Amino acid sequence: MERHSDAETVSGDDPVGESVDDAAQARRDSRPSGHVDEADSAGADDSELTQPRLGLVGWLRWIWRQLTSMRTALFLLLLLAVAAVPGSLVPQHTSDPNGVAQYKLAHPVLYPILDKLQVFDTYTSVWFSAIYLLLFVSLVGCVIPRIKHHLEALRARPPRTPARLQRMAGYRVRVLKGMASDGTASDVLRARQTAITEAQRLLKASGYRTVVLETTRDASVSAERGYLRETGNIVFHAALVGILVAVGIGGGYSYTGQRIVVDGQSFVNTLVNYDSFNPGRFVETSALSPYSITLRSLDVKYESKNKNALGSPLDYTAHVTATQNGRSAQRTIKVNEPLGIGGTNVYLLGNGYAPVITVRDPSGHEVFHDSIPFPSQDANLTSQGVVKVPDGLKQQLGMIGFFYPTAMKLPSGAYTSSYPDTRDPMLGLTVYAGDLGLDKGTPVSVYALDIDKLTELAGPGAKQPGIDLRPGQTKDLPNGLGTVTFDGVKRFVSLDIHHDPTQLWMLLFAALVLGGLLTSLFVPRRRLWVKAIAQPDGSLRLEYAGLARGEDPRLDAAVASVAERHIARLTGSPAGRGTDQTT
Amino acid sequence: MLDTLSQAFIYVAMGLYAIAFVAFALDLARRSARVTIPESVPSAVSRRARVADDIVFVEAGAVAQGADAVGSDAGAAGGTAIATAVAPDGQSSRGGAISRLSSRIENDVQRGRATSTSLRVAMALTTTGWAFHLFADIFRGVAAGRVPWANMWEFSMTATLIIVGIFLLANLRFDLRYLGTFVLGFVCLVLMLATTVYYVPVVPLPPALQSYWLVIHILVAMLGTAFFALGFGLAVAQLFQVRREHRVAQNLPTRLRFLGTLPKSDTLESLAYRVTIVGFIFWTFTLIAGAIWAEKAWGSYWSWDTKEVWTFIVWVVYAGYIHARATRGWRGTRSAWLAIVGFSAVLFNFGVVNVFFHGLHSYSGLS
Ligand code: HEM
Repeated sequence: MERHSDAETVSGDDPVGESVDDAAQARRDSRPSGHVDEADSAGADDSELTQPRLGLVGWLRWIWRQLTSMRTALFLLLLLAVAAVPGSLVPQHTSDPNGVAQYKLAHPVLYPILDKLQVFDTYTSVWFSAIYLLLFVSLVGCVIPRIKHHLEALRARPPRTPARLQRMAGYRVRVLKGMASDGTASDVLRARQTAITEAQRLLKASGYRTVVLETTRDASVSAERGYLRETGNIVFHAALVGILVAVGIGGGYSYTGQRIVVDGQSFVNTLVNYDSFNPGRFVETSALSPYSITLRSLDVKYESKNKNALGSPLDYTAHVTATQNGRSAQRTIKVNEPLGIGGTNVYLLGNGYAPVITVRDPSGHEVFHDSIPFPSQDANLTSQGVVKVPDGLKQQLGMIGFFYPTAMKLPSGAYTSSYPDTRDPMLGLTVYAGDLGLDKGTPVSVYALDIDKLTELAGPGAKQPGIDLRPGQTKDLPNGLGTVTFDGVKRFVSLDIHHDPTQLWMLLFAALVLGGLLTSLFVPRRRLWVKAIAQPDGSLRLEYAGLARGEDPRLDAAVASVAERHIARLTGSPAGRGTDQTT
Repeated sequence: MLDTLSQAFIYVAMGLYAIAFVAFALDLARRSARVTIPESVPSAVSRRARVADDIVFVEAGAVAQGADAVGSDAGAAGGTAIATAVAPDGQSSRGGAISRLSSRIENDVQRGRATSTSLRVAMALTTTGWAFHLFADIFRGVAAGRVPWANMWEFSMTATLIIVGIFLLANLRFDLRYLGTFVLGFVCLVLMLATTVYYVPVVPLPPALQSYWLVIHILVAMLGTAFFALGFGLAVAQLFQVRREHRVAQNLPTRLRFLGTLPKSDTLESLAYRVTIVGFIFWTFTLIAGAIWAEKAWGSYWSWDTKEVWTFIVWVVYAGYIHARATRGWRGTRSAWLAIVGFSAVLFNFGVVNVFFHGLHSYSGLS
C-alpha cells in the first residue's frame, strides 16, 4: 500500500527534532526577493550590498537580483502608470494628427520641447518603451526560476508534518475515546492507523496531495493543495509576455488601409487600389490576398421621431458583393459587424454623399462625368468636395463644391444643411480656372484644390455668384466654358481594411491572463495536517492544523471542516454538516 | 413618460439615501460615545490568548451510531457518542503562529454586530432607497428600450445602484455597516452631480454603440468600479485605524474614537484586499472586452485612445497594489495608498476623461 511505502521513506527521522521554522521554510519557495513571504532574513540583499568586493560576476548577479526583485517590479509598474499619463493629456501623432498640428499653433514655445521629449508619440517613445521593456525583462527573470521551482514542487511530496502543530493556523484537537475496544497497545495502534487512513482518504478526495508519516510517537497525514494557484500566477505572467510578443510580431506582419467606395463601384484588394496604406515591416505588399468588394448600396436610417435626437444616425448597412476565388456572395458590413474576407477584416468606418456631376463643352460634348465623394463636415452632413476637369475645355477647370442634403438658407445668405438625409438636396459650386497643377507628375490629393494659381470665375470672390444646382439641373459655366449638370447624388462608404495575423493569439493570451488571474487569486494554496497520537489511556488524540500560503481567508474554516468530516467518518455518524466530497 | 417616472424615483432614492447617510453618520458619532475607554477592552489577540485550545472529546464507542460528534449540541443527538465541547469559543487556538490572521479576521469582522437604532434605521432606509433606485433604473431602461448604461447619466445611475447593492450584499457576510457613511455619502454626491450635470433625455444609440459588448463591457466596468469603491472605503478606514493604533501604542490620546469599534487595521486591510482583487478581475475583463469591442467597432483593438489609456493606468495601478501587498515594506499603509490612488484614477477616468478629453469614446451624451 502506498501508505506504507510513504511511511518507510519518510518516517526515519524523528520529527521532534525538526526546526520550528516550518512556516518560514514553507514560504521561502522561490519567491522573488523582497516578497513578503520571503524568510525573514532581511539582510539577504543588504549583506551583499555591504560586501566590499563583488567582482564583475558579482555585480552582474547583484544587478540581476535587483532587477528581478518585487520592489523593482512594483517600482516599474508604478512608473509605467505615471508614464502613460502624458500621452492622454496631449494629442498623439498616431491617433490625432490634426490635434498635434493645432497644439503646435497654440503652444509655440512648449511644442518643440514636448516634441523633443517624444510626448506626441508617448507610447512609442524611447522612455515609455524602456520602462515596459525593463518591466518585461524583470518579469521574465522573475517567472523562469518560478517555473523551474514550481515544476519541482509539482513532483515533490508535501513536506513533513511539523512537530508542534499548535503553532499552526486553525489548530484544533479532537480526543476520541473508545476507539479501541480493549485498550491494548496494538488495538490503539490499529485505531490510530484507521484514523490516519481515513484522514488521507478524506483529504485526497478534497483535492489534496497527501503523504502519511509514522513515528513511534504519532502518525500523521501531511497534505497540500492549491498548486494551481502558483500555476495560475505563472500562466498569468507568461501570458503577459505573450501579449507583448504578439503585439511586437503583429506590428511587423499586419497592414491597414483605407479606401473610399461609391455606390456601384468596386474595391479590389491590391496595393494600387488603396487611398492610403500602412504596411508592417514584413508585409509582402505584392501578395495581398486577392478579393474584391462591390458596393451595391448603403442603407442609412436617421431618427425622425424622437425630438431630442432628430437626425441622429440609427443604422448604417452597406450591402456588398464580395468576390473571392471566382465566387461571389452577397454580404453586409455594419459598424459593429466587419466583414471577414481573405484574412482581412473590412470595416465600415465612414460614409457620405457623392454628387454625380457632368461637365460639357459649349458644343454639348461631355468632357467630365463622375460621382465624387464629398467628405462631410458636420452632423447634418454638409459636405465639401473638389471637382477637377483638366481636359476638354479651353481652360483647366477646378470647382469647390458644397453639398447640402437638406439645404437651408441662413440669414447671412449662405446655406447649411439642416438634416442629414436628402430631403432637399442642393449643390453649390465655386468655379476656378487656370493651372490645376496635375501635369507636373507630383501626386496631388483629389480632395484638395490649390487655388493659388487659379482664378475664381464664379463664387463669393468673383463678380459672378457661385452656381447652385438642384438634382437634374444644368447651368452655364462662366466665360462660356460650357455647362455643368448635377445629375443626382450617390452614397459612398469609407472602408478600412485590416490584416493582423496575431489577433487570435492576442485573444488566446488575453484569455490566459484572465484565467491565470482567477486561479491565482482565488485558488487557496494551503497545507493541512492531521496527526493521530495514541494516548496511554486508550484514547486517540487527533490534531488538525493548516498553513496558508498566500492569501487564504478561509483556512480556519477548511481545517474545521476537515476535522468535522473526519470525526464523522470515524464515529460513523452521518457526515452531516460540511460538504463531504467523497460521497 | 417612463423616463419622468424614472427621474421621480431617483429623487426619492436620493432623499432616502441622504437620510440614511445622516443616520450612518449618527451611528458613528454614537460609537464614539460607546467607546469610552476603548483600550480597556481587551484586544482580540489578548482575549484569544486566554482561550484554551479547541479541544473536543468524542465518545466513539466500538459500534458508533449516528451522533453529531463535533457540535456542542450533542445532547440533541441520540446514540452512544457523547461530545463535550471544552473550548469556550469553539473557534480558535493559542496565539503565536503567523498565519493566525485568517481565523482572526472572520471573528474580527463579525465583532460588534451589535446594532444601534440609528444603524438599523440607516440600513432600512438604504434598502428602501435601493428599491426605488432599482425601479428608477429599470424604468429608464424600458423607456430607452435597452440596457440603462449607454451614457454618463445612465452609467452614474446604474453604477451607484450596483455600489449600494454590493454594499448591502456584502453586509450579509461581513459587517461593513461602518462604511455606510462613506458609501451613502459617495453615492449621494455622485447622484447629485449626475442629476444636475449629466442628465440627458432618452436618445437612440448611435450605431457604434449597438453591440452586445455594450452590455458586457460596461456592466463589468461598473461591477469593477463598485468593488474598487468599497476597497477604497476600506483602505481609507485602514489608514485611519493605523494612525489610531500608533497613537494608542504610544499612549497618546486618540481622536475619531468610533474607530475603536471598527475592526483592527490588518483586518480592514485584508478585507480591502479581498474586495479589491474582485474589482481587479472585473477590471481586467473590462479591459479585454473593451479591446475586443474596439476591434469590432473601430477596427483596432488598441489605439491608445484617452479612455483606453486611463483604463490601462487604473489597471496598472491596481496591479501595483497587488504587488505592493506582496512586497516587503509595502504591505500595510503604502499599499493602502495605492488602492486610494487607483480609485481616484477610476473617478478621474469617468468624471474628467469622459467630459474634457476627446477621443474615440465620445459617448457621454453631453454636448
Ligand atoms: C507587466 C508586469 C506585471 C504585471 C502587469 C503583473 C501583474 C500581477 C498581478 C495582477 C498579480 C496578481 C495575480 C497573480 O497572483 O497572478 C501579480 C502577482 C505577482 N507578481 Fe506580477 N506582474 C508583473 C510583473 C511582475 C514581476 C516583474 C515580478 C517579479 C519580480 C512579479 C511577481 C509577482 C508575484 C511574486 C506575484 C504573486 C504575489 C503574491 O504572492 O501574492 N510580477 N502580478
